[in-house]
Amino acid sequence: MKNKKTLIEVPSNTFFREEDMGKPPVLEVRNLGIDFGGLTAVDEFSITIGQTEIAGLIGPNGAGKTTIFNLLTGVYQPTRGCVLVKGVDIKGRSVAHVNRMGVARTFQNIRLFTQMSALDNVKVGMHHDIPCSFVTSMLHLPRFYKEEKKADEKAMELLRFMGLEKVADMPAGSLPYGIQRRLEIVRALATNPSILLLDEPAAGMNPSETAELMEQIRRIRDTFHIAVLLIEHDMNLVMGVCETIAVVNYGKIIAKGTPEQIQNNPDVIEAYLGKG
Amino acid sequence: MRKNLNRKQRGGNFKVFALVTVAFIVMQLLSSMGMLKSSVKGQLIPICVYIVLAVSLNLVVGVSGELSLGHAGFMGVGAFTGVVVASSIANVVSNDLVRLLIAMVIGGVMAGIAGGIIGIPVLRLRGDYLAIVTLAFGEILKNIIGNLYIGKDSHGLHFALNASGLVMEPDGSMILNGPMGTTGVEKIATFGVGFALIIVTLVVVLNLIHSKEGRAIMAIRDNRIAAESVGLNVFSFKIKAFVVSAFLAGMAGALYGLNYSAITATKFDFTTSINILVFVVLGGMGNIFGSVISATLLYMLPEMLRGLYDYRMIMYAIVLIVVMLFTWSPQAKNWVQAVSSGSVMRRVFGQKKEAEDE
Amino acid sequence: MNFLQYLINGISIGSVYAIIALGYTMVYGIANMLNFAHGDVIMIGAYMSYCATNYLGLHPLVGLVIAMAVCTVLGITIEALAYRPLRGVPSLAVLITAIGVSYFLQNAAQLIWGSAPKNYTSIVSMEPLKLFDGGLVITGEVIITIVASVVIMLALTLFTGKTKMGKAMRAVSEDRDAAQLMGIPVNRTISTTFAIGSALAAVAGVLLCSTVPTLMPTTGSMPGIRAFTAAVLGGIGSIPGAMLGGILLGIIETLSKAYISTQFSDAIVFTVLILVLLVKPAGLLGKTVQEKV
Repeated sequence: MKNKKTLIEVPSNTFFREEDMGKPPVLEVRNLGIDFGGLTAVDEFSITIGQTEIAGLIGPNGAGKTTIFNLLTGVYQPTRGCVLVKGVDIKGRSVAHVNRMGVARTFQNIRLFTQMSALDNVKVGMHHDIPCSFVTSMLHLPRFYKEEKKADEKAMELLRFMGLEKVADMPAGSLPYGIQRRLEIVRALATNPSILLLDEPAAGMNPSETAELMEQIRRIRDTFHIAVLLIEHDMNLVMGVCETIAVVNYGKIIAKGTPEQIQNNPDVIEAYLGKG
Repeated sequence: MRKNLNRKQRGGNFKVFALVTVAFIVMQLLSSMGMLKSSVKGQLIPICVYIVLAVSLNLVVGVSGELSLGHAGFMGVGAFTGVVVASSIANVVSNDLVRLLIAMVIGGVMAGIAGGIIGIPVLRLRGDYLAIVTLAFGEILKNIIGNLYIGKDSHGLHFALNASGLVMEPDGSMILNGPMGTTGVEKIATFGVGFALIIVTLVVVLNLIHSKEGRAIMAIRDNRIAAESVGLNVFSFKIKAFVVSAFLAGMAGALYGLNYSAITATKFDFTTSINILVFVVLGGMGNIFGSVISATLLYMLPEMLRGLYDYRMIMYAIVLIVVMLFTWSPQAKNWVQAVSSGSVMRRVFGQKKEAEDE
Repeated sequence: MNFLQYLINGISIGSVYAIIALGYTMVYGIANMLNFAHGDVIMIGAYMSYCATNYLGLHPLVGLVIAMAVCTVLGITIEALAYRPLRGVPSLAVLITAIGVSYFLQNAAQLIWGSAPKNYTSIVSMEPLKLFDGGLVITGEVIITIVASVVIMLALTLFTGKTKMGKAMRAVSEDRDAAQLMGIPVNRTISTTFAIGSALAAVAGVLLCSTVPTLMPTTGSMPGIRAFTAAVLGGIGSIPGAMLGGILLGIIETLSKAYISTQFSDAIVFTVLILVLLVKPAGLLGKTVQEKV
């Protein structure tokens, strides 16, 4: 934790959950920055996330939150700084590789495999967990059926976990919006991540669905013992479920801390409401 | 619920196999009873070849979602490889069937290698750019094959890129004569092997679609960015689909090449690629059963229109345009739905609706 | 000196490709479709001018105007009958329909004019320009072709940049739905694009057959594919790109025929295309659009 000092600008706002103490962080971001043709979209972004932490990333529209997600998942290569997943730099890795290193995500504008069934969407996520060779798959050797059955069962279990078992055979594109959002989470979970990045998971949900989602996010953490980092505009969800929150504006962190600290931070209030 | 879906899926596959088998048996019976006109008989093997080509191209265009306009190039590689192999092992392997099978496998392997060489640079491009580059590669393959001279003598095979470069012993004979193509090929292709090739193709393609590889390939087609985000290496799956498709096209090409005493490289041009693509699109993208049906019907269509003499190709063009307008245009679709429940159309052109949502 | 001769001939044939490629590029940019029948419109244009001069005994320039008029009407008709009903469906379906139209035109031409090649008389009556004591001969066709292509490109650039219809075209090519919402008559704009593209195809057909005087129903297909290649090479959707791509392609083709190999000129041209696309996936002057995540 040598970099802890450079990380913290507002003192005492990075804290680990008790059970994460003494364990290395799952995600460590140091002075991350990216420029798009002279325009700095993200700058000096640093954050450390413990192994079972639920963290929030908030900020006004256009603050660069999704760009940060794209940097964390290898979609963009940073201009400055680095991202360490379980201590390994993701620099130069493809999106697919970063996922296999333990980072899974959902998308702000839902990206499901719309023509495939919900169950198959989950099974695509489990691809690397199904130990069938190309030839076994192509010839449907006995092992193929055994592994497919195992995969089916595991995928169903994951769907059940998020209450989606009833729609397993429906084409993903035909599902209602809220269910699609949750299916995306299941698909991300199917890749066995160490950290789950959720991009506006509650967008378009009504208050009762949001409440259910909060419960589910906590259950995900408690069941799979993974970290969650989420972008969200719904403050009830952010304040209710996140243990730490980072606020970004104009691509920079303006505040970090617990929900209480953030709610009382004058910089944050200014960023959201403008100068009084 | 899951079990139901699996059963339905297997039932669908069974239907394809049953249909192909029944068609084969009927044709064999008619043929052995001498009830087939020789013009029809002569089309049996080409139909098998085009079914395989359509199904294999569907793997790339329909399942993998990449527009390829160079499929005939792979067919050509397979055809000429097959002919060269069959001619050169004529003295060693006397059994025609064995020789045909060896030629087809080697033809397939060569086409698969060509597919790999082409796919590695090309599959990084997207959409219409991929289309033009596959077209370009098809033309390059055709151009090279059309200028290749291969001869055989007591010392073995000889290759050259122009006629004068080919130096052979007096006992030598030409196998491939540049733009003149192959000549004096022993016609060892049989309808039975054509049928077997269809079955092999269907097994390979359908199994692939219904495995984790196929799921990954379709996932990439549906949403590339999401597929990457769940850890799939997009490129490697596209290559797999492309190479398998090229391999099957090569096998079909070898069968085709060994069905005629002479063929030229111009047969394997852009027009043939386009014809195969037409089979795939009309049969329904990603719909394997549809490809089998449409390849058969559309291959026979010009033949059935033979009575129209000079007008038959123009009729073919009109049929093609009308069918496209009818099956795709939103107005026509509404009209069809209004007139009937559209069950037949939907069954034949089943998967199309899904392809549209893209 | 030989080299210069080849170069000029290359630029000349390249200019024909460029004019055809302009038609491809405009239609692609605005209707977002690969109009594979474009090459056959060239052939129809050439036949029209052939008939006007040989059967009706008209002046070649009148023949050219007739050819342009017929092709314009043809282009608008094809668009209205075959492509407009398919607006908004996947581009592959439109591509296949375009191929159907291409077959139709070729076979119609064969029925009307027969498959035997016609000997086309050049419409250019200019004396060849002899330079360096006859060491370098520039034919009238070459000069006219090059001048025509430059004039056409400049006119098109002005048209799309300055006129109201040109602006409407650019708007439709950027975002068809938004353009429609802004009150731009999308159908009319697309029709106009086809009209212009087809008129250009007629010019290209006449120039092509003036240079290479064999005319038959398949005359248009190979130059069509070449021009399509040129459009992609230059960056499809870009007018200067089509021009650049066409001329480069013509030069490469002529030079490789002269210096490397006659038989393999096709392979060489297409290999260059592939190499360029590998380095610049959107063509030489095309813009790479990054996909938003």
